[in-house]
Amino acid sequence: MITRRELLKNAAATSVGLGAGLLGAPAIATGAKIKLGYVSPQSGPLAAFSEADDYILKTFAESEAGRHFEVAVKDSQSNPNRAAAVARELIVEDDIDLMLVASTPETTNPVATACESEEIPCISTVAPWQPYFIGQQGNPRDPDSWTPFDYSYHFFWGLEDVIAVFTAMWGRLDTNKQVGGLFPNDGDGNAWGDPEAGFPPVLSELGYALTDTGRYQNLTDDFSAQINTFKRNRVEIVTGVPIPPDFTTFWTQSKQQGFTPKAASIGKAILFPQAVEALGDTGHNLSSEVWWSPSHPFTSSLTGQRAGEVAAGYTRATGKQWTQPIGFVHALFEMAADVMGRVEDSGDADAVAAAIAATELDSAVGRIAFDGAGLPPFAASNVAKTPLVGGQWRRRDGGGYDLIIVDNSAAPEIPAAGSMQAIT
Amino acid sequence: MNYLDTVVQGVLLGGLYALFAAGLSLVFGIMRLVNLAHGDLIVLAAYLLLITASVLGLSPFVAAAAVAPLMFGIGWLLQRHVLGRTLGADILPPLLVTFGLSIALQNALLQGFSADSRRLNSGALATASIDLGPVSVGVLPLLTFASAIVVIIALNQLFYRTELGRAFRATSDDADTARLMGIQPQRIFSGATAIAMLVVTIAALYLGTRANFDPSIGPARLIYAFEAVIIGGLGSLWGTLAGGITIGLAQTIGAAINPEWQILSGHIAFLLVLLLKPRGLFPRAFD
Repeated sequence: MITRRELLKNAAATSVGLGAGLLGAPAIATGAKIKLGYVSPQSGPLAAFSEADDYILKTFAESEAGRHFEVAVKDSQSNPNRAAAVARELIVEDDIDLMLVASTPETTNPVATACESEEIPCISTVAPWQPYFIGQQGNPRDPDSWTPFDYSYHFFWGLEDVIAVFTAMWGRLDTNKQVGGLFPNDGDGNAWGDPEAGFPPVLSELGYALTDTGRYQNLTDDFSAQINTFKRNRVEIVTGVPIPPDFTTFWTQSKQQGFTPKAASIGKAILFPQAVEALGDTGHNLSSEVWWSPSHPFTSSLTGQRAGEVAAGYTRATGKQWTQPIGFVHALFEMAADVMGRVEDSGDADAVAAAIAATELDSAVGRIAFDGAGLPPFAASNVAKTPLVGGQWRRRDGGGYDLIIVDNSAAPEIPAAGSMQAIT
Repeated sequence: MNYLDTVVQGVLLGGLYALFAAGLSLVFGIMRLVNLAHGDLIVLAAYLLLITASVLGLSPFVAAAAVAPLMFGIGWLLQRHVLGRTLGADILPPLLVTFGLSIALQNALLQGFSADSRRLNSGALATASIDLGPVSVGVLPLLTFASAIVVIIALNQLFYRTELGRAFRATSDDADTARLMGIQPQRIFSGATAIAMLVVTIAALYLGTRANFDPSIGPARLIYAFEAVIIGGLGSLWGTLAGGITIGLAQTIGAAINPEWQILSGHIAFLLVLLLKPRGLFPRAFD
């Protein structure tokens, strides 16, 4: 029994237009190139997120489906205003059919907003869904006023997943449940430390006591005030979402002043292996959320590669260790190929948006479907959640660090490779 | 609140800011040139230290000895061929040129070293500390502060005890008259920038060992350096140290009250000094 979707997929993959007589040829098979716009922060402070861009664009261009696409790439320069400007350029001058955008709300939000107002379909990723969805609302403080988008779609995880993963990791250690928060005064820090939607309510529900010293400014050179407060409150767990230089300053000062918590679960700062290496020997057993790794049991719909092969290909091409955004940026292009395989006219924005909404794709980052699973009703139609697990950085014998998955309670299909260890 | 710890950490932090500022103070004091690329030059020096240390397998402290002459040369050429051409009655060209240089440097570093967050590996020294009873003081911050003092003493000796220093002061006071006395301001300026780059190398050493750096981090360093120079007063090197310590102390004391006020407190201290003593605490030159 062949379903309509499989039939279309096959037609798309082989470009034979098998279904042409029955259903009309999908856009991908009509011969004309489909125009994609891609915006990412290739320079500026967020550029580490985009280091795999060249590799992924090349993979896409060489793939079977990629031959039917023309990708116009723009750099947001890590600047939201610039991101909005290049998005408009892509829409107006390059006349794109579909926008792809990745990495941090500072990039995804201005681009998605531009697409929404110009009625161009947009798929985004690598930003927790709350800052993506709520951040684009006219009044973020009033949930009743929030409206869904018609053309913007997003796949990633949310704050509730990070909180679940972190607390699950801490539950595996014997601690006094005293948590110290390191939340900066930026979009991420304010969301994580939000007294209603962030860490504080969940922690108190689970019996953890949170010491929140307040929103400090990024690029702070001294954390002795925070360290003194944590010491006084006998904090054994540190969490937060600092930028890499600030976490290094904090962690180094902590060691100098004899403050060693049993667990440090940190977002953002220790996302990239280079930032952990910058901590010298003191990065051992720091923990963070893991969105994607080579051991995730997923396969790319674009190239048929397993997650491990995608990561290995990157390492071969660049000589660098894999990073988590690779899988998601890859999946962004999987989405483009999949969606365009299911529409007849790539220039018909409403049809493309409807095709995105109907997506059920098994991608390199897991299943992507806008079915509202695990989401509140207001975000259900625009957001698809991908699985999240927890990992610890372990020092290698020859130098460098490996990210080992130590908690998969939220996504048991992703294998754990070790058990949670306390920092000593 | 641990008052003693707050004060000690603040003073030590001030040492770091004074190091950032010393090179700027020198150039600013002698030729009234506000080098907006100062922070980026520190980052450049940090990357040079990183390459030297990793390629030759040296400690960054040893690598500094190799990078310092290189930065000296860069400073000389920079002044001779770029900044020197912009000096004149109009204060705008140097500002524009150094602003452009700042952007060019950031992008060149991004191209060359990628956006990865890097750090100079100082091994066990990074987390070593000395236990002084009520406070525990990191060895690295202590070294930073000591280096700041040594740099300021050395620059002062140079300024007030050597012929070159006399030429520096003469050119600073009145370049035209100095020229009548047989001093070539161009050469003096080149020398000053080159020496400033030596100080920049030392600042880079402690910036890079204390925390991570990446190509875009320079301008944030420039603000503290600039504030320290202004608080201290034009042309006074000890004033620059006092300026650095003022900002450092204001930050840690502000943070001890509420960490949200840490950075703001430093800026408020700067504004207060500007309000009460617009010429800075210890101005040397009057113009």
